Amino acid sequence: MKKLLLGNEAIARGVYEAGATVASAYPGTPSTEITEYIAQYDEIYSEWAPNEKVAMEVAIGASFGGARAVCAMKHVGLNVAADPLFTASYTGVNGGLVIFVADDPGMHSSQNEQDTRMLGKASKVPVLEPSDSQECKDFTKEAFRISEAFDTPVIVRLTTRVSHSQGLVELGERESYELKPYVKNPGKYVMMPAMAQKRHVFVEERMQKLLELSETSDLNRIEWGDRKIGVITSGINYQYAREAFGDVSYLKLGLVYPLPEKLIKEFAAGVEKLYVIEELEPFIEDHCKRMGLNVIGKDVLPMVGEYSASLIRSRVFGASVEKLNTIQESVPVRPPVMCAGCPHRGLYYTLKKLKLTVSGDIGCYTLGALAPLESVDTCVCMGASIGMAHGMEKAMGKDAARKTVAVIGDSTFIHSGITGLIDIVYNKGTSTVLILDNSITGMTGHQQNPTTGFTIKGEPTRQVDLVKLCQAVGVDRVRVCDPFDLADLEKAIKEETAVDEPSVIIVQRPCALLKNVKFNGVLRINTAKCTKCKMCMRLGCPAIVDKGDHVEVNGALCVGCDLCTKVCRFNAFERAGEQNA
Amino acid sequence: MRSTSIMIVGVGGQGTLLTSRILGDVAMSRGADVKVSEVHGMSQRGGSVVTYVKLGDKVYSPVIEKNEADILLCFEQLEALRWIDYAKKDASIIINNQKIDPMPVIIGKAQYPQAILEKIQKDYENVVAVPALDLAKACGNIKAVNVVMIGVMAKRTDIPKEIWQEAIRKTVKPQFVDINLKAFEAGYSFSC
Repeated sequence: MKKLLLGNEAIARGVYEAGATVASAYPGTPSTEITEYIAQYDEIYSEWAPNEKVAMEVAIGASFGGARAVCAMKHVGLNVAADPLFTASYTGVNGGLVIFVADDPGMHSSQNEQDTRMLGKASKVPVLEPSDSQECKDFTKEAFRISEAFDTPVIVRLTTRVSHSQGLVELGERESYELKPYVKNPGKYVMMPAMAQKRHVFVEERMQKLLELSETSDLNRIEWGDRKIGVITSGINYQYAREAFGDVSYLKLGLVYPLPEKLIKEFAAGVEKLYVIEELEPFIEDHCKRMGLNVIGKDVLPMVGEYSASLIRSRVFGASVEKLNTIQESVPVRPPVMCAGCPHRGLYYTLKKLKLTVSGDIGCYTLGALAPLESVDTCVCMGASIGMAHGMEKAMGKDAARKTVAVIGDSTFIHSGITGLIDIVYNKGTSTVLILDNSITGMTGHQQNPTTGFTIKGEPTRQVDLVKLCQAVGVDRVRVCDPFDLADLEKAIKEETAVDEPSVIIVQRPCALLKNVKFNGVLRINTAKCTKCKMCMRLGCPAIVDKGDHVEVNGALCVGCDLCTKVCRFNAFERAGEQNA
Repeated sequence: MRSTSIMIVGVGGQGTLLTSRILGDVAMSRGADVKVSEVHGMSQRGGSVVTYVKLGDKVYSPVIEKNEADILLCFEQLEALRWIDYAKKDASIIINNQKIDPMPVIIGKAQYPQAILEKIQKDYENVVAVPALDLAKACGNIKAVNVVMIGVMAKRTDIPKEIWQEAIRKTVKPQFVDINLKAFEAGYSFSC
């Protein structure tokens, strides 16, 4: 039976069919749905881990324990998990171990555009790259076989367009996979110098065997067509190239690390002109050039952003797209915004009012950097806000610290913010840290986390108590505020930034999109009371619109959170339907 | 079979993801090969969102490019203007007449373009403007704008009505089936 599956859903199906029993992940676009779909199979234990490093360690442990195990993350998550990855490469596996990493060329939802193939090479772990949903499933199953046959973790590299495109997938049955016996084996599992030195030799031998696999595996295949042009490509770029070049010859690579040599030479010898089509790094191209081949790649195609068929046509053939209309109008951009009713709005309104420097972090609340709130000063990586605020204090002094706060979400704080907070306490910092606790992992689409009290399956579990946690690491000044109680929040921030010791304010209000969040109903502006002072415009609420001569509420967007009623000094906001309220 | 490319454009939060699931289900029953592509994540927070649905004997790239869309289903006027270059000259262009101001317009740094429908109608023959928000309100749920739009589009394809209705039943949560079928009907029977 064929079903239309998202690439990420097809990965989950492959994990299921391969008989895997353990999955751990930290959410991150575009990888998140892999684990959400895995969680729908009761045969597989699944969990959200506090971060990608823990997720990978759980998967490694499960593999040592004899299970087929997986972990999933976005590209930058692999940086967090790089430490276990590089040494799991040495230990190898017991049950098959597959690591799904989703890259984001074009940075639809990311802070950088790194290429996971480079980390596969650096860690000497083979990398598979599917180009559609069917291959997502097939390659996942193949990855387990390679993992066990070659005693290695295997990375399956995805990109946004593969993860988030649906395609037809032929479903199969779940393989019965018997847990492999666990046998104590310090030479393999204890990576102290004496053992690791031997395992490194094994890794180098393994690379030779994997190279042989790369030459002969069906994962890498030649599709002969017109031999005037040959295209070496992989992943989603195969699809773009197919549309741009048509019926030429292709070397489609599914195993992109290690790359074959004989196969590439054979292909190159069979065509007149050779192109390499790959987004981001010239990974395949550099390999070809080291082999002395004359290929065309990054000299005509960009190192940045996503490719497309028309981009390839224009860069390779100089083809331009005809404009079919006479419309010349410039269209205003539509950047993402904090939703109507978003709890972060009250906080950023206050931070801007107090003119504080805001060390930012990763989540919906990064949107506080955009107009009109324009409150966030920095955003580097998960958990960085706290360490950076501390660094700013050490560079600029305590006066600067009194004008600086760190903001971090609940899930991000658990991910890697807590260590930064410990650093502040231990090294006598005085920073003020605001934990934005909205009861969920927001930006990635509402995943549970250790602070929500529920597991990935929605089962109740022990909830991390943020107040006690901060107190336990040595923060004496911990308080909880509601970001919609603007007066109390402002008072708290003024007091905590003024004191000469570390403090934490837990800014607590659930995400407006959570089902249990109920507001009071749509508002409107009483034009008789409105003085057009436009104080409410400073909130950056998508439901309050400046029409030039008047301000109005967009009733289709307003949720009735009432934050605007707290900044309006003229009581001009009233419940729609209430005349003369 | 004839290959067909459908683009759905709108604002994050308008329900384009549900639309693409329903459309994907319908497409699967029609096409030898189908691909549906959408971007999740940050843009779902009120940003400009686009979904591509392609069907044919063999679909390679999941992405639709300029001058390639047979149907452009627009959930919002400004987004129709943003993506109009993607429509074929004879494309069926269906535009919800709803306007959602983007942040640069809300804060007065940019103007919402005037007379969008007229500008598009000047260059394209096959344009339908739909008061989808009003139709959805009349059905009792303003969130059903997306299914109203599906109804309008369904009428302009040769795919039997029952296939669309079945896809809606399969895709939406049981408690919302009735309201969505009503919204579909409102769109299907809409005539301009």
